[in-house]
Amino acid sequence: MRPILLQGHVGFPREFDRDRNVVANRISLPKDKVLCVWFSANGERLGTYHGHQGALWTVDVSPNSVLVATGSADNTVRLWNVKTGECVKVWDFPTAVKRVEFSPDGSRLLAVTEKRMGYLGTIVVYDIRYGDGEGNNLDDQTDEPSLKITCHESKATVAGWSYLGKYIIAGHEDGSVSQYDAKTGEQLQNVQAHEFDYQINDIQFSADRTYFITASRDKTAKILSSRNLAVLKTYTADTPLNTAAITAKKDYVILGGGQAAMEVTTTSARQGKFEARFYHKIFEDEIGRVKGHFGPLNTIAVHPAGTAYASGGEDGYVRVHHFDKPYFDFMYEVEREQLKR
Amino acid sequence: MSFGGLGALRSDRWMSKQPSLASRDPSRQGRQSRSGKASARRRVTWHSMSGRCLPCLPRGFGCMTKHHTQKRDAINLALSKASRDRDEDRPSASFADLALARVSIAHPVSLPTMAPSFDNLSEQDLHELEEEEEIDFSDLKAQYEVRLEEGLDTFVVLDGLPIVPEESREKLIKYVLKKLNTVGRTSADAFFMPMNEKGMSEGFAFVEFETPEQAMAAVKHLHGTPLDKKHTLLVNKLTDIDRYGREGRIDEEYKPPHIEPFKEKEHLRWWLGDPNARDQFVIFRGDKVGVFWNMKKDPPENIVDRPHWTQLFVQWSPQGTYLASTHPQGVQLWGGPTFSKQKQFPHPFVQLIEFSPGEKYLTTWSARPIQVEEGQQGPLTYEEDGKNIIIWDIESGKPLRSFVAHELSGPDGDAGHKKKVQWPAFKWSADEKYVARMLPQQSISIYELPRMNLLDKTSVKIEGVMDFEWAPATPSREGVKHYEQLLCFWTPEMGNNPAKVALMSIPSKEIVRTRNLFNVSDVKLHWQSQAAYVCVKVDRHSKSKKSMATNLEIFRVKEKGVPVEVVDSLKDTVINFAWEPNGDRFVLITTGDAPTGAAGPPKTAVSFFAPEKVKGSGVGNFRLVRTIEKKTSNAIYWSPKGRFVVVATVHSQSNFDLDFWDLDFEGEKPESEKELAANLQLMKSIEHYGVTDVEWDPTGRYVVSSASVWTHSMENGWNIHTFAGQTLAEHPTDKFKQFLWRPRPPTLLSKEEQKQIRKNLREYSKEFEEEDKYAVDIANTAVVEKRKRVLNEWLAWVRREKELLAEEKKALGLPEEDVAVDVIKTAPKAEAEAPDTVVEEIVEEIIEETEEIVG
Repeated sequence: MRPILLQGHVGFPREFDRDRNVVANRISLPKDKVLCVWFSANGERLGTYHGHQGALWTVDVSPNSVLVATGSADNTVRLWNVKTGECVKVWDFPTAVKRVEFSPDGSRLLAVTEKRMGYLGTIVVYDIRYGDGEGNNLDDQTDEPSLKITCHESKATVAGWSYLGKYIIAGHEDGSVSQYDAKTGEQLQNVQAHEFDYQINDIQFSADRTYFITASRDKTAKILSSRNLAVLKTYTADTPLNTAAITAKKDYVILGGGQAAMEVTTTSARQGKFEARFYHKIFEDEIGRVKGHFGPLNTIAVHPAGTAYASGGEDGYVRVHHFDKPYFDFMYEVEREQLKR
Repeated sequence: MSFGGLGALRSDRWMSKQPSLASRDPSRQGRQSRSGKASARRRVTWHSMSGRCLPCLPRGFGCMTKHHTQKRDAINLALSKASRDRDEDRPSASFADLALARVSIAHPVSLPTMAPSFDNLSEQDLHELEEEEEIDFSDLKAQYEVRLEEGLDTFVVLDGLPIVPEESREKLIKYVLKKLNTVGRTSADAFFMPMNEKGMSEGFAFVEFETPEQAMAAVKHLHGTPLDKKHTLLVNKLTDIDRYGREGRIDEEYKPPHIEPFKEKEHLRWWLGDPNARDQFVIFRGDKVGVFWNMKKDPPENIVDRPHWTQLFVQWSPQGTYLASTHPQGVQLWGGPTFSKQKQFPHPFVQLIEFSPGEKYLTTWSARPIQVEEGQQGPLTYEEDGKNIIIWDIESGKPLRSFVAHELSGPDGDAGHKKKVQWPAFKWSADEKYVARMLPQQSISIYELPRMNLLDKTSVKIEGVMDFEWAPATPSREGVKHYEQLLCFWTPEMGNNPAKVALMSIPSKEIVRTRNLFNVSDVKLHWQSQAAYVCVKVDRHSKSKKSMATNLEIFRVKEKGVPVEVVDSLKDTVINFAWEPNGDRFVLITTGDAPTGAAGPPKTAVSFFAPEKVKGSGVGNFRLVRTIEKKTSNAIYWSPKGRFVVVATVHSQSNFDLDFWDLDFEGEKPESEKELAANLQLMKSIEHYGVTDVEWDPTGRYVVSSASVWTHSMENGWNIHTFAGQTLAEHPTDKFKQFLWRPRPPTLLSKEEQKQIRKNLREYSKEFEEEDKYAVDIANTAVVEKRKRVLNEWLAWVRREKELLAEEKKALGLPEEDVAVDVIKTAPKAEAEAPDTVVEEIVEEIIEETEEIVG
């Protein structure tokens, strides 16, 4: 599992796009404010996108790889043409944007805005148009959101689309998970999935989006059902978690975290626990760790084909690991039996 | 008499402080409603009403009769008689009235001048009162009654006085006053002895002291003291008479106390009956305290886990019977299979506790002196007021005796220096018969249990005494037949007198051995666990006081005449020393002068000592077995069964090693150590990052090393190892504070039985190994079964979700294909996706070539 290091920027990879060959990289150095897209196979940079005035928090590539959406601390969401790198749309908000995500069919985009300066945290949804299908007229986008959900109680920190874009699932600062109707914005459910007041830092969905994994500061990651928010699995780590990803092909999950950035300097490096941890998705056992980062892991993304994963750390590196054969061969005895049947 | 004015003064004060609580006493209300009289809920008063039985006044004659015939209170009766007999036209209230008023407090009196009286209460109030009557609060009222300062704390009631005629009155007063003035200040003016119609005294009197403290002292010191051959003085506080003499407080008829039916108590030593002979331990982490079974490699099995079980720390009693928890209110002991509350010792703000070795007594300490409120519930009495230390009897839950802690100033003696706590303040003899405390530099006070009286009523004066230690076992000196306990103490050099170490026999207080020492900087006393030896570690300075060295003076207590052996081969100072439990070997750690400016912890050396082999049963001279140089070790942990020892570096920032040593290694022995009774072998060295504590289990099978958040917050948790240093499991635990093995009481097996077991150990081992293997098999099957179930559950869930998803898709009119397909197809055709290519590389390698010539 020799990693490919993507250096030079403080940031982390947000997304493998669905064409399986591009890693979009968030850059949080205010000076750079640049989005880079890399080929995941060899680490070659596809291009950079200039225009943001503040640190980039989030990025998502549309399912057809035509558009890239970015959310930034400059209180904007921008849409970019993947190919040409031009910015096709800017939406302004009163506060920073912490998360953007395209719906599974690419027709909608959600953005999570920060609660700050008297503004409540919101989740806004825009309808996205793709021009004439030849990459033209991409700048023809709506100005008004088609839906706006305001989080009155605890702000949403992360959000995503369930299967068929039916629900919007949001993780909150207080450790709870909400399920909203994606059409009306009505809150259908809210469960206290994690310990109270331990923020949920990440939500990532399975391929068919019937379940998702949450990572929380309470040192656990959980798999919940998108349909009814039932907690299906719990993975317990020994450090606050920033991110969790579900692997395709193999039944694993990868968790990442580490001492909170503000505490790192006050504790020994030994204690940082800056490893990517692999757990068996079904049996909830830890099966391995990948070392390498020397800062907390901020995000982990798994290649849609399940052949590689990338992790971004506070240390400024993005590490892309392609899985070796033993990774695919590893199997519990009971799984093997199951397979034979 | 001048009491009148005084009484009036008091009365005003009292009236103004009339507690409304008392006025609404429901029990009294109930009584009133029964008698059908409406009267104010006010306490009795005495304004110019003398000459009548005040309590009976408002109720009329019927009540009076009832009251008088009831004779509920002899004093009350006598007082009302006395007051009736007195001159009718006394202008102001008399002292007796005052007293009477206090005593007959339960009688409600209506006075129009007093507001709010019952008369001016509205209908609504009345209604409320009636409603309240239905609930009986009296028990709660009694429990939570607030004591108000009533200005009567300076009065005492004397009883048991001789009954004398008017003529002898002055004489008696004078005589009694003499006695009273030994504890406080009072005078004939403040002495009132009522006389009855026959001109005789009633055998009681009232006295006012200058301060409440004096009154208190009088009660404390004079109550029950003989006045003459026939009369014993009874002294009670007036407020007490009031409290306990109040109607209904004390029943007229004797009622046998209700004896609770016998209830089977939980077995306090239940854990020893575990079929697998597992040990228990307690873990304190975060706010939670849990007790667990040791499961070796596996996660420990929880028995109880309670949040906020303790405030400061937990502690086992020395034989494991109780688990003690500390709280701001005091100490609680827990035990039995459910860890139910066994005992409570309400020492407020307790900070330190110590059990006696046989867990019969408990010493508690708090920096804050105890404040005992008058009338406070619980076992604390005025005896405990202002004290820091209490010695409790665990069985009864009552304090035996309490003490003020000795003030210990820092070494410099300056006031700003943080006060040191002398702890353990009280040291117990091995059999709990004696407990002793040292007044530094002056004396040792030895108390006899169970009465806690000072042995021979005096402390043992030892000028300069610095420290003392009891023998940890009842010693058996050769040629000494009588019972004795031994106590070892030392005094420093004073003037031209040398420093001294001495052994004192108790109870005779006879010094049985003493040894003079010179150039002494410090001395530490180390008893061997069977009291066979006491090693006196003497830190000596050279004449110039520039360099330091340590001598060991080992007293062989069991041998005739207590010979002393000196080990003076050590060049450096000894920082730690430990005897092998029940053995005759020891380990010590020395350190040289740390080079200034050197980074890291000071280098230390670990030395092992053992006696030489001698013919017969004796123990030879102590000789150095080996010294391990260039260590950083600073702590020694012997197995409780001896033989094995862990030498560790604890509380260090850079070194965390634990060395597991065997002193009876069953292997080859170096030639140089042939004649020593030890075969030293390092079994294993391990590291535990941040280790702060090491604990052997009571059987000597396991060692737990732990890193407590009390010392640092890095990687807190505990690891369990075997006696040989093999790590069984690691348990990183957030906010881990304390790990304590539950001690075991001494074995019930005789020496022969133990020997028998040791002989057949091999057979037992076989049995146990089989059992272990079986357990592992069972566990493995269980794990596999569980995994199977989990896997099937998951697959079923995924299948069901898939079906539901398909249904929903159908409903939406979407094709039943992969999600990726129904992406809006407006994008320019993505480059044809290259299929995963497999690059095969064939490498040929000739491993071996042989040439054969076919001839």
